Amino acid sequence: MNIKLKIWRQPNAKSKGRFETYSLTDVSSDMSFLEMLDYLNNNLIREGKEPVAFEHDCREGICGSCGIYINGRAHGPQHRTTTCELRMREFKDGNTITVEPWRAAAFPVIKDLIVDRSPLDKIMQSGGFVTINAGAAQDANSILVNKKNADEAFDSASCIGCGACVAACKNSSAMLFIASKITHLAQFPQGQVETHQRVKAMVAKMDELGFGGCTNTRACEAECPKGISISNIAKLNREFFVAKLKE
Amino acid sequence: MNGIFSSSIGKKLIMSISGLFLMVFLLVHLTVNLMLLVGNGEVFNQAAHFMATNPAIKIIEPVLAIGFIIHILYASIITLQNRKTRPIGYSKTSSNGVTSWASKNMYILGGTVLVFLVIHITNFYWKLKFGEVPSISVNNGLTQIDDTYSLVSGLFISYWWFDLIYVVGAIMLGFHLSHGFWSAFQTIGWNNKIWIKRLEVIAYIYAIIIAVGFSIIPLYFLILK
Ligand code: HEM
Ligand code: SF4
Ligand code: FES
Repeated sequence: MNIKLKIWRQPNAKSKGRFETYSLTDVSSDMSFLEMLDYLNNNLIREGKEPVAFEHDCREGICGSCGIYINGRAHGPQHRTTTCELRMREFKDGNTITVEPWRAAAFPVIKDLIVDRSPLDKIMQSGGFVTINAGAAQDANSILVNKKNADEAFDSASCIGCGACVAACKNSSAMLFIASKITHLAQFPQGQVETHQRVKAMVAKMDELGFGGCTNTRACEAECPKGISISNIAKLNREFFVAKLKE
Repeated sequence: MNGIFSSSIGKKLIMSISGLFLMVFLLVHLTVNLMLLVGNGEVFNQAAHFMATNPAIKIIEPVLAIGFIIHILYASIITLQNRKTRPIGYSKTSSNGVTSWASKNMYILGGTVLVFLVIHITNFYWKLKFGEVPSISVNNGLTQIDDTYSLVSGLFISYWWFDLIYVVGAIMLGFHLSHGFWSAFQTIGWNNKIWIKRLEVIAYIYAIIIAVGFSIIPLYFLILK
């Protein structure tokens, strides 16, 4: 298939970026979106031009580094799919595809399609951990967790920190990300020790770093490649109010 | 409780509680107003008189005003703060198939409701409190009460564009509540994967009751009187 790409190019964080248009012929519909970008970059390098910078690592939907805003959707048009797992068969021959970086004050562009997602790490550092010694595998087996909690925790723990929730939210809110971490840790005995501290610290950090608040538009859960539900946000809100009341 | 209301979630809690309070008020208000459709106005006049003179309602009135002010104030604070979070927007956006139009436009919808509210208050409340309203005798001539029915029916029968304003106002409010209703429960934390579907259905039912209920009153006077 032949496609046109309208890609955001920005040499560094300080410069003003702009869109460049590229035509690409003989794209296989079996290529992943990132393979298509590799193919484009090979062409650009051969022509002596600067390749398009984009972030990627696992290319199997587990590391969360590949987020790109494609045709007006975070991670592109396919539901519950990361950019690296998106296939070109989702597009039609002759399509023009608009490719932009995540847009949020909290996620400044570093280069082209790469943004600085370290604010999510800062939120994690503020409380997204347990301080007790969780031991080795056999210790985990000796602490009983009921099946319902284990399942819910597992769903929440599937968040890969890609930031699509922030990118898709009209308020650039990181609530779904935080909610998944809070819900995950709140299900386990190991997470109880600092549960109140954790939720207060993580929410305060989110507010401090320039993410917006939640207005329940559900854009986050619609675009989350892992299908994290906003029921996690309801749980986060409960945990937050309880923590504040117990102060 | 330290600093709860300066956090993003705490501010949203204020929106939610004030919104829930306003939604209860709307149900009471609609119930009284629907009495306009009963008989020749005696029932409504009596109900309006009861509402205007009852001490409990007198206490609730300023609370209601404060409820509105807080809701509008925090709506503005939250909306302004959230608008600052994306200095460079996307050049292309597409629907995700889930996000409702109302949820993205709550401030505009609320703003329209506010414009309507000002018109509505000058139409009736202001006149009843501070203006001249004809009175009518009830209890075999023993008591004189405001003829609120004539005030309302007069406006709706004489000016078709007021009927239009009231119907549009009711529909905008309906849209506001189609999102606001379930959103308020989500904000408080009373939601999960099962309840979200139920709350959405109840939200639509509530929104339709409010929009249709308040719309049929001006339409009744426009068409039937
Ligand atoms: C009778 C009138 C009104 C009722 C019953 C009402 C009810 C509600 C409810 C229940 C919510 C949901 C709260 C939540 O998501 O937690 C809400 C949200 C909202 N309301 Fe109202 N409202 C009314 C009037 C207004 C007015 C006059 C404005 C003026 C600007 C307004 C602006 C907003 C905004 C911007 C939101 C969204 C806030 C957010 O999601 O952050 N509302 N309203
Ligand atoms: S909640 Fe979903 S969209 Fe948000 S960071 Fe985690 S995986 Fe990505
Ligand atoms: S590259 Fe790891 S999730 Fe896409």
